[in-house]
Amino acid sequence: MILSYYPGCTLKTKAKDLDRYGRKSAEALGITLEEIPDWQCCGGVYPIAKDEIATKLSSVRALAAAKAAGQDLVTLCSACHNVLKQVNNDMKTDEEIAGKANRYLGLSEEYHGETNVIHYLEMLRDKVGFDKIKELVKNPFTGKKIGAYYGCLLLRPGKVLKMDNPENPKIMEDFIRAIGGTPVIYPMRNECCGGYVTLEDKALANKRSGKVLENAKDMGADMLITACPLCLYNLNKNTDGYDVPVYYFTELLAEALGVKD
Amino acid sequence: MQKIGVFVCHCGTNIAATVDVKAVAEALKGEPGVVFSTDYQYMCSEAGQNLIKNSIKEYGLTGVVVCSCSPRMHEQTFRKAAQSAGINPYMVEIANIREQCSWIHKDIWSATEKAIILGKAAVAKVQLNAPLTAGESPVVKRALVIGGGIAGIQTALDIAEAGFEVDIVEKQPTIGGKMTQIDKTFPTLDCAACILTPKMVDCAQNEKIKIYSYSEVADVKGFVGNFTVKIKKKARYVDEDKCTGCGICTEKCPVKNVPNEFNMGMDNRRAIYIPFAQAVPKVATIDANYCNMLKNGKCGVCSKFCTVGAIDYKQQDTIVEEKYGAIVVATGFNPIKLDDFDEFAYSQSKDVITSLEFERLTNAAGPTSGTLLRPSDGKHPHTIVFVQCVGSRDTSGCGKTYCSKICCMYTAKHAMLTREKYPDTDVYVFYIDVRTPGKNFDEFYRRAVEEYGVHYIKGMVGKVVPRSDGTLMVQASDLLSNEQLHINADLVVLAAAIEPDKSARSLATMLTASMDTNDFFTEAHPKLRPVESPTAGIFLSGVCQGPKDIPETVSQASAAAAKVIGLLAKDKLTCNPCVAQANELMCNGCSSCEKVCPYGAITYSDKEFRMPDRTTAIRRVASVNEAVCQGCGACTVACPSGAMDLKGFSNSQIMAEVDAICK
Repeated sequence: MILSYYPGCTLKTKAKDLDRYGRKSAEALGITLEEIPDWQCCGGVYPIAKDEIATKLSSVRALAAAKAAGQDLVTLCSACHNVLKQVNNDMKTDEEIAGKANRYLGLSEEYHGETNVIHYLEMLRDKVGFDKIKELVKNPFTGKKIGAYYGCLLLRPGKVLKMDNPENPKIMEDFIRAIGGTPVIYPMRNECCGGYVTLEDKALANKRSGKVLENAKDMGADMLITACPLCLYNLNKNTDGYDVPVYYFTELLAEALGVKD
Repeated sequence: MQKIGVFVCHCGTNIAATVDVKAVAEALKGEPGVVFSTDYQYMCSEAGQNLIKNSIKEYGLTGVVVCSCSPRMHEQTFRKAAQSAGINPYMVEIANIREQCSWIHKDIWSATEKAIILGKAAVAKVQLNAPLTAGESPVVKRALVIGGGIAGIQTALDIAEAGFEVDIVEKQPTIGGKMTQIDKTFPTLDCAACILTPKMVDCAQNEKIKIYSYSEVADVKGFVGNFTVKIKKKARYVDEDKCTGCGICTEKCPVKNVPNEFNMGMDNRRAIYIPFAQAVPKVATIDANYCNMLKNGKCGVCSKFCTVGAIDYKQQDTIVEEKYGAIVVATGFNPIKLDDFDEFAYSQSKDVITSLEFERLTNAAGPTSGTLLRPSDGKHPHTIVFVQCVGSRDTSGCGKTYCSKICCMYTAKHAMLTREKYPDTDVYVFYIDVRTPGKNFDEFYRRAVEEYGVHYIKGMVGKVVPRSDGTLMVQASDLLSNEQLHINADLVVLAAAIEPDKSARSLATMLTASMDTNDFFTEAHPKLRPVESPTAGIFLSGVCQGPKDIPETVSQASAAAAKVIGLLAKDKLTCNPCVAQANELMCNGCSSCEKVCPYGAITYSDKEFRMPDRTTAIRRVASVNEAVCQGCGACTVACPSGAMDLKGFSNSQIMAEVDAICK
């Protein structure tokens, strides 16, 4: 199976592991991720503004490229996933935005949200299947108590991203079960880590991340997994003394499939 | 040729701001038959009606067209005016240029053009109008009240007080409704049971009132003054006439693990039960889903212990048919299910409860005998967080867009009573707005804040986090200080939105009574006819029409009763003369009309006809019972030979309207 792939800037710099283990695991699962040629930054959080067109254009280019290739578009970074799905939804449902973007880009064929964007986790659930992954696991995380950390961007807004119930999700828990671990369900798993606020107000980000780790530890998690580079950064940097290491979920997947280095 | 007068209403600016009313009056002057055409600011006012009356006399009008609001609003008004000026009221036609024109258009030019077309259609129709005379139908002097909560009880008592027979149909084993579950009532804090149970007893003892408990309405036929209703009495497997309500069966029944709905499932009852001590009727009911005897024929304990032989495992559902002149809907409400509100952890933690569950935890007849204890460990909670608007004023799609109206006041009551009884308990209330516009309501809320030290915080709770030590971390925002708060609570109480009872929708279909998108019954007019359904003879009482507290419910219940009494006091009702009529010469006796008639108004008989060759032939032809026909028009459409016509809406009148519109 060949799918278009949008890595995003962070996966080329700070979050190389998220990308590297993601690609290796996909190969092991029989999926070829074809990186979109000449992709540009998704724009971070700016394209989510309704009155901004310019910042949405790079996402539209990537979406149109996947459409031209006739493939579903896979993303891995929570933020890119959020932006691509939301911009795609704008292009599908908001005539004004779609009109302006199309007129500006002057693509050979107008784009109106035709591409199906999926997160890597959705690829695992819907294209591969967690049962199949279970069969392919070579080094299961037996006995490991793993907490899923969703953060805020991966699932919300639920009506647009359509990935899982944002208030009581299960996709990452199912993933943990597939790689042989025991999921620890803790209520703060879908709360914000502090996000970009960390650049401006370290204390606030510290407090937010602390609440997440405190709750995860309290409910018995040995480690956390995440799909978001910024979440990983905040959880690792802003908090001391919780002794709950945080990993990218792709790293655990690569390890379980026996393709980690 | 008719002599027609046209009267175009401004309705203040309602019509005149969007429709050039003078141009409409001017344009209709040239229509065939129109001898007079004018406009006026408020045609429904006394001066406007006088304008119509005087013009009828002055110009000798035989037909009138009023271009104004919906006929639902003022057709009667203008018909009466015409009648008083000496012409038949059915010679008046309304062109609706408000609801169907000015209110829905923005552009003056196109709205004016449309208003003229609607006016022309009405003129074309009135050309073919003929005087009609309304017949009369008798009124059955008995009312049906559907739902036996405080709304239904009050309506029934008031109707009975006026001397009319009234039946209450209640689907639960007892009347009393939600109010039986409430401990104290705001803003006076009197005991709910103390003011409700005497009314329940009054209902039971009043010889004019008959209570069908554990029963449902199965079918409704007929029309105002003459409804025929089938009531399904569900099998309770106990003979109501024999049972004395001693309760020994409810103590001896071996099935002890049935969730007790009266206490919101927080304790258990037996398979045979009386909902609570003051139930009316005080008769036991067997829950067939749990009874061993009914499920597998092994038990019979209750039957052995019953001293009067009231237990009857063979009892079946029975259908009772009754006739009523009026029907009152009082089907009430339920709190919404909170399954979709995972952020509050209602399904995840026993110590996150709804306000109605809190009500039971503080009620002397509740599962904890009135001592406030946490459901999880039975310990006294020291910090309680109340969350308002859970599912109310919610545009996310999980809840309801409307305000449930009662939550601000009952939450203030809960907070105040908690602080009074347990001064060591910290109480927080999170709110979007505090809405307390009622007599002595705002004073009540201020007492909670000022005298009882309840912490009111403007902001919503974002998350309730159950922790391993059993506490609940409440994450919320304080919008006034722009801070995020984290409160460690022992108990979280959610003020769940209220919604109409699920039975309301199927009932509305049976009654042909209209509902809004939230399944609240629609009133005939939101301001001027708030207790009547648009369907004649159907009245509304209580929360089935919209969220209400107890004082408002009781007021509306009495208002509905007054309307019912007004109806039942009449011996005859004027019928709608716009009924179907069969042209016997054209009828070929095919039965198409009889099959589609929803009221059974059409019958067939053999009649003798003189043929052109002077012989006589006997043919089967349709005839309409005018007292039963409701003028729906189904038969006129079904008739293949065009023999069926609706008086006042004849085929030729409708075609004339269509011609005028398409011209």
